[in-house]
Amino acid sequence: MNTKSSRIRGRVWVIRDADGRAIESIDTDMIFHNAHLAITDLAKMGPHTFGNLPGWQDFPTKAAKGDIVVTGANFGAGSSRQQAVDCFAALGIGLLICESVGAIYRRNAINSGFPMLIAPGIAAPGLHEPRLLEDGQIVEADVKTGAIYREDGTLLIQGRPMSGVEFDIYQAGSLFEYGRVLDAQGAESTRV
Amino acid sequence: MGQTMIEKIFQRHLIEPADVRPGEIVWIGIDNRSARDFGGANVVKNLGRFYPGGHVNDPAKTFFTFDCNAQNNDIKYAENQQTCRDFARNEGMAVHDVDAGIGSHVVIEQGLALPGTTTVGTDSHLNVVGAFGAFGQGMGDQDIAFIFKTGKTWFEVPHTIRIVLTGTLPKHVTPKDLTLWVVRKLTSKGALGRVVEFAGPVAESLSLSGKITLSSMATEMGAIAAFLPQNEETLGFLRARTGGSDVPTLEADADARYVKTLEWDVSNLVPQVACPPSPDNVKDVTELSGVEVNSIFIGSCTNGRFEDFQVAADIVRGKKVKRGVIAKMTPATREVWAKLLETGIMADLYAAGFVIGNAGCGGCAAGQMGMTGKGEVQLSTTNRNFPGKQGPGLIYLASPAVAAASALEGRIVAP
Repeated sequence: MNTKSSRIRGRVWVIRDADGRAIESIDTDMIFHNAHLAITDLAKMGPHTFGNLPGWQDFPTKAAKGDIVVTGANFGAGSSRQQAVDCFAALGIGLLICESVGAIYRRNAINSGFPMLIAPGIAAPGLHEPRLLEDGQIVEADVKTGAIYREDGTLLIQGRPMSGVEFDIYQAGSLFEYGRVLDAQGAESTRV
Repeated sequence: MGQTMIEKIFQRHLIEPADVRPGEIVWIGIDNRSARDFGGANVVKNLGRFYPGGHVNDPAKTFFTFDCNAQNNDIKYAENQQTCRDFARNEGMAVHDVDAGIGSHVVIEQGLALPGTTTVGTDSHLNVVGAFGAFGQGMGDQDIAFIFKTGKTWFEVPHTIRIVLTGTLPKHVTPKDLTLWVVRKLTSKGALGRVVEFAGPVAESLSLSGKITLSSMATEMGAIAAFLPQNEETLGFLRARTGGSDVPTLEADADARYVKTLEWDVSNLVPQVACPPSPDNVKDVTELSGVEVNSIFIGSCTNGRFEDFQVAADIVRGKKVKRGVIAKMTPATREVWAKLLETGIMADLYAAGFVIGNAGCGGCAAGQMGMTGKGEVQLSTTNRNFPGKQGPGLIYLASPAVAAASALEGRIVAP
């Protein structure tokens, strides 16, 4: 079932504050505010992405399909809303790379088949001088191995590889599709 | 090798044999499967898209709780609520409608949060059932839809941090102060992706409502869940709700393995307040005395129990909220509402000037009481104060006692 390439390439946005520090603990209300929770149509979620994150409200108009979003630690803290993942899918964002991720947010990304890598050090404030990444830079990530490369193919940073189940769900497309795959294989655990 | 509480819960719910060790992936069965009016309509949509013509796995274990727009004052939410009602009717599922209150507290009052059980829902604070030694997990709508359909899901077994609380809580220090202090010490990513087990005499002897407060803010510690030790009060509550005498208990093995064990003495604690912009920006109340407040809010899944309002009523009884300050409150459930009414506590709070909302997620969710305007300062008993969440105003988090005392003065004061 391994049909998708494990390599994802794109232009980077590093979510920094006005002082140039990667913002930590961006919570789901900053990503997709609770005022818009009644929206159920994926296509209508994109314009609200980062709608409550100072300095980034214009992100939906700046972002292009295939872009990669890089964030500080504890990204997606807070509520369980799927929209905080789906809004990136709606904008066509190709990959999220985070210092670390809120527990529920991580499940929501994995189970909806949205690719996300955890790469401690990629945007930690003050860790790297000069900083590892600038907006607009092109990187290529291998989600299976966790390696993140510069445009010239040299290694930028080694992130954590996707776990087995995470990679399998990503390949299948979503937890639902993955359940079908397991079902076809006769695995008792997910028989639908 | 001994097991932690979460390892035991996963072990008991395994669908097929697996090694229940931190980092391993396990598939487990889910006892209680819920969705709210937020997320619920998306769960229905996902089910229709991925399993057309299919049905939920077990309607008796599956239900909706409408708490996000309990005021029933928003047309889009009303449409989503009706989508859920129609679906539930066809499937034979229960709906705890806009009259019921906060879903996680409905789960508790229904006697479903038995020690060692598993509950999921579209609420990041569903882990409040950890107060009873039960596992609650908030999830997004795709995760929940899969469980509605199959009754099971995968988990990566988390590491557990053990926090032993020793000493004695000083007289005017409440469980919310203890909770904010723990968040202060751990920080909002201090337990990221982990489970916290609270132990020791302080954790054991906390009141039931206090255990709910502490377990609810596991989310603000970055944790998946926090478990409290059971005692006669929590077990008696569950016996009364289930009509059974044999409520099971759950505790970690003596030789369970923890990623970290911390021992903290609480004897010198003073009331705590979390300042903007995050729940872990916590200070002693004495450092903030003099900060003017325009409004206070008492309620939420963290502090919406009967005892929380009782504490507030004891402070404001016979007095008046300072002129110009708005004091708002939302009981967690209809049952709490009724008890406040019957005991006269609601009359006391009303007489002091409180405005009282429907049971539900007031204080947090848009469309309910507790929103703020630019320049407004609100002291709230809720669990999050991230910028913009409850509007452009500044939110400080505190206990019901600090909130009530501050309402009388119009500024932050210790009770």
